[in-house]
Amino acid sequence: MVEIIKQPWTWYVAGVLIGLTVPALLLLGNKHFGVSSSLRHICAACMPSKIPFFQYDWKKEAWNLFFVAGMLLGGIVATQFLSNPDPIQISSQTVQDLQALNIEVDHNLMPSSIFSFDNLFTMKGLIFFVLGGFLVGFGTRYASGCTSGHTIMGLSNLQWPSLVATCCFMIGGLAMTHLIFPWIVKLF
Amino acid sequence: MQLVENNRKSKPVVVDHPIACEAQNDQLSDESLIGSNIKYLLLGILFGIVFVKAEIISWYRIQEMFRFHSFHMYGVIGTAVLVGMTSVWIIKKFKIKTIQGETVVFHDKKFQWGNVIGSTLFGLGWAITGACPGPIFAQIGSGFTVVSITLLSAIAGTWVYGLVREKLPH
Repeated sequence: MVEIIKQPWTWYVAGVLIGLTVPALLLLGNKHFGVSSSLRHICAACMPSKIPFFQYDWKKEAWNLFFVAGMLLGGIVATQFLSNPDPIQISSQTVQDLQALNIEVDHNLMPSSIFSFDNLFTMKGLIFFVLGGFLVGFGTRYASGCTSGHTIMGLSNLQWPSLVATCCFMIGGLAMTHLIFPWIVKLF
Repeated sequence: MQLVENNRKSKPVVVDHPIACEAQNDQLSDESLIGSNIKYLLLGILFGIVFVKAEIISWYRIQEMFRFHSFHMYGVIGTAVLVGMTSVWIIKKFKIKTIQGETVVFHDKKFQWGNVIGSTLFGLGWAITGACPGPIFAQIGSGFTVVSITLLSAIAGTWVYGLVREKLPH
């Protein structure tokens, strides 16, 4: 059994489990699935700075912070106890594309040539961590939701603004991957 | 008691947000900080495990997705939406109550231009970091501790949005 769990999970297993989070949160306590809101609660809790957007009782939304803390713990559990011993299988076309961009492809979940502390104070660090993170935080809040709040919860509830948002997530991602990324890697 | 019941019918939303929040808490009964919230921690743990095991947190999987080289991420998201949609439909159709016995509250989202501009900005960031906000937390847990810088920067991004919000087109 453990051997099966240690294998990478197929898309439909993951999809069903993630989809079930929607009714689970609704039925456990009328909570709406969404993750990026946790970033807002952190701002409201730690540095509201009299900004009206952060003036609310974040403690009532504390469930969201527990939820994301759980995700972090889940990452630890999965990696420590259920980790796949085999190298990650990446599509050969993607490997070729990345190599053409001079990005080293390794066998971890994340390329260690990018995601390591050694890169923190380099151009790579500035773009991958600082700029990337900023766009994620600023963009999701401006969009009032991310992949969970819009794509999964919003579409589940048949909200057309969420469909618009989902299409724009893809447009942004495609523009970065195909148009901007090849230009960015020249900076390294 | 009657008053409370009437109150529940007339005012479904209890958490007072000055500006809409997409992950609403619509529970009416009181919640204790630890006791009530521990179940969301457990659910989060399961969720984090799925993220890692299905390799959704992988930067490579996001690259594959945006290069259309793999069906994996489309399969995951597509299935999740279908399951979510069916669940919401069942909850509405059979008027299933929460475990506290409350009516499940749904909200209609109102379109605003941030759905276009903000979403595109997030898409740009998603392709760089290989993470939407959820996987950021699971990536840190998986031992890529440098992603905590990404998280701090995402919090800063959210904060700056709050600061300049009034000046942005919505």
